[in-house]
Amino acid sequence: MSDGKTQGPPRTEAIQSSTFSSSINAEIRRAAATGIYDIRGGGAKRKVPHFDDLLFLGASISRYPLEGYREKCDTSVKLGTRYAKNPIELDIPITIAGMSFGALSGPAKEALGRGATLAGTSTTTGDGGMTAEERGHSNKLVYQYLPSRYGMNPDDLRKADAIEVVVGQGAKPGGGGMLLGQKISDRVAGMRNLPKGIDQRSACRHPDWTGPDDLEIKILELREITGWRVPIYIKVGGSRPYFDTTLAVKAGADVVVLDGMQGGTAATQDVFIEHVGLPILACIREAVRALQDMGLHREVQLVVSGGVRTGADVAKCMALGADAVAIGTAALIALGDNDPRWEDEYQKLGTTAGAYDDWHEGQDPAGITTQDPDLMARFDPIEGGRRLNNYLKVMTLEAQTIARACGKNHVHNLEPEDLCALTLEASAMAKIPLAGTDWYMGQSGPGRE
Amino acid sequence: MQTLDLQAVGLRELNQKLQSQKDSVEHQRWQVVNAKGSHAIAVGLDAPIEVTVEGSTGYYCGGMNQKATVTINGYAGPGVAENMMSGSVIVEGDASQYAGATGNGGTLVIKGNASSRCGISMKGINIVVHGNVGHMSAFMAQSGNLVVCGDAGEALGDSIYEARLFVRGSVQSLGADCIEKEMKEEHLQLLKQLLEQAQSDAKPEEFKRYGSARKLYNFNIDNAY
Ligand SMILES: Cc1cc2nc3c(=O)[nH]c(=O)nc-3n(C[C@H](O)[C@H](O)[C@H](O)COP(=O)(O)O)c2cc1C
Repeated sequence: MSDGKTQGPPRTEAIQSSTFSSSINAEIRRAAATGIYDIRGGGAKRKVPHFDDLLFLGASISRYPLEGYREKCDTSVKLGTRYAKNPIELDIPITIAGMSFGALSGPAKEALGRGATLAGTSTTTGDGGMTAEERGHSNKLVYQYLPSRYGMNPDDLRKADAIEVVVGQGAKPGGGGMLLGQKISDRVAGMRNLPKGIDQRSACRHPDWTGPDDLEIKILELREITGWRVPIYIKVGGSRPYFDTTLAVKAGADVVVLDGMQGGTAATQDVFIEHVGLPILACIREAVRALQDMGLHREVQLVVSGGVRTGADVAKCMALGADAVAIGTAALIALGDNDPRWEDEYQKLGTTAGAYDDWHEGQDPAGITTQDPDLMARFDPIEGGRRLNNYLKVMTLEAQTIARACGKNHVHNLEPEDLCALTLEASAMAKIPLAGTDWYMGQSGPGRE
Repeated sequence: MQTLDLQAVGLRELNQKLQSQKDSVEHQRWQVVNAKGSHAIAVGLDAPIEVTVEGSTGYYCGGMNQKATVTINGYAGPGVAENMMSGSVIVEGDASQYAGATGNGGTLVIKGNASSRCGISMKGINIVVHGNVGHMSAFMAQSGNLVVCGDAGEALGDSIYEARLFVRGSVQSLGADCIEKEMKEEHLQLLKQLLEQAQSDAKPEEFKRYGSARKLYNFNIDNAY
């Protein structure tokens, strides 16, 4: 004003609305321009209470730690001990979650098999059936039984080391899947008995059973076809974990797989990913309570997933009562998904490394979530397998480090008592006392549970 | 002919016996008695044997069948011949919901009526129903042929892909993206063959053909901009 050129009274500052944020407005404009909801891959991007909101207490005078490197701290786990003749025996409690061939390239599936096998754990098929490279490179392969039944056949069923009946996924409890036309190559189309290039919608419900009573009979059929040899898992998305776990067990599950809302997906409506389902933190204790109420905790194993990234996350899942975890997104990142080395190409796609989620478009610069032969050729399944194995090893070492510090000679001996919560929300959801107190919200009496 | 009394031997032993038959079996013919509506009878078979079930069956009889011929001398519960790959399943009576669901191959013949969702998500199987089919039949049907000699219920062929539907009687309503299509000579030939195989004396000329309008095959995006 001192130069006398500015005219009029001072203006109010330009303030952006929190409600109508720039990303909300951009989405409104995008919707108005195209007439279709946003479809993307990955999991929820919003911040929700998570494992980061829990801490381990560690040992001191009242608890006795184990020596960090040498003292035994077992990580093995057996899945499917309830009914199966051949339960799955794993060296580490970290499994590779089901990700469809179609969403992922053949070499990416091969790399998951290689990495999991080196690390002594299992991998899982997905919507779209079992591929030869995946079966060939996976020592322990879980075969998903999905509503679409794409590629489902008794020969592959009999080749599986376990069967996972998928009722739902954390990213979209109550929703089906989709694989858009861009990714439907001849091979993908052939495995799904559908024409090339069309959008493939996977149903949200199974075609030949409806409630838990039917599911029990469906499981009987699957067991009869596979001679009661292999475990049957039931996978549910986090929504009503106490009841879903109870019903899955009643239907005859050997293993319950519980996937929280942060869990990744190949392609789903953004509105679904961000607005439906429970964070995994809120699911685990409820599922464990259901198992305990039936007297079946540890007899029916619980595998949890949805945003598991580190050995600390693994240890926290164990402490909350899970028997194992499953990873999807983290495994893809270990293989090279969203790696900054492809930044120039992410920029060309209008995004940036770390944020790339248009997996359904099949243009993945890293060559993982694509069926494009040129892009696929960028990805080396042997190197991918090596990287995944390294990552799984690091997570295992991290989980062991924590378990030893808490005085536990098996990661399964971690317990809720080893934890405290940093926030009221996490405390209430995980039923873990707020740090520095012996209290959590919703607890009826004084003192710990 | 060998006879297996389900109540005496139990389901596991019965299926194990039938499943262990190899392609070159001596005893080609099996009879199952005392079925009493049990579930998962004769599932996962993988040899060209002939199995006759005396009485009605529960869920999923003949499920995932390969090569075998399974005849049910009675009514069939839900999901009969689900995900069949090859061979055939013949139901002398009526069939409950989801008959032939997700079937990839082989032939399912239902001499009576079929309930709702017959041929749901079918992927190559041939299904011939002498009577009527209930609502939502051939939902998301991908490929194969569904022949209905009687009437079809509501929402026939909803969200259908490339499966072919032939109905002789009335269709209460067609589902999303399902339309009547021209009956060409090749279809009449196919129909003739399927009807003969299913021992139906219906005439191909009496049928109408339905299939996908293919309007739901890709998301409809407004590209005005
Ligand atoms: C690319 C991709 C494809 C997936 N495909 C399937 C699938 O076919 N079936 C299924 O049950 N879950 C599928 N999921 C979900 C995973 O099995 C798992 O529940 C989820 O990834 C776990 O959460 P996380 O990604 O945070 O580790 C997929 C996830 C991703 C990232």
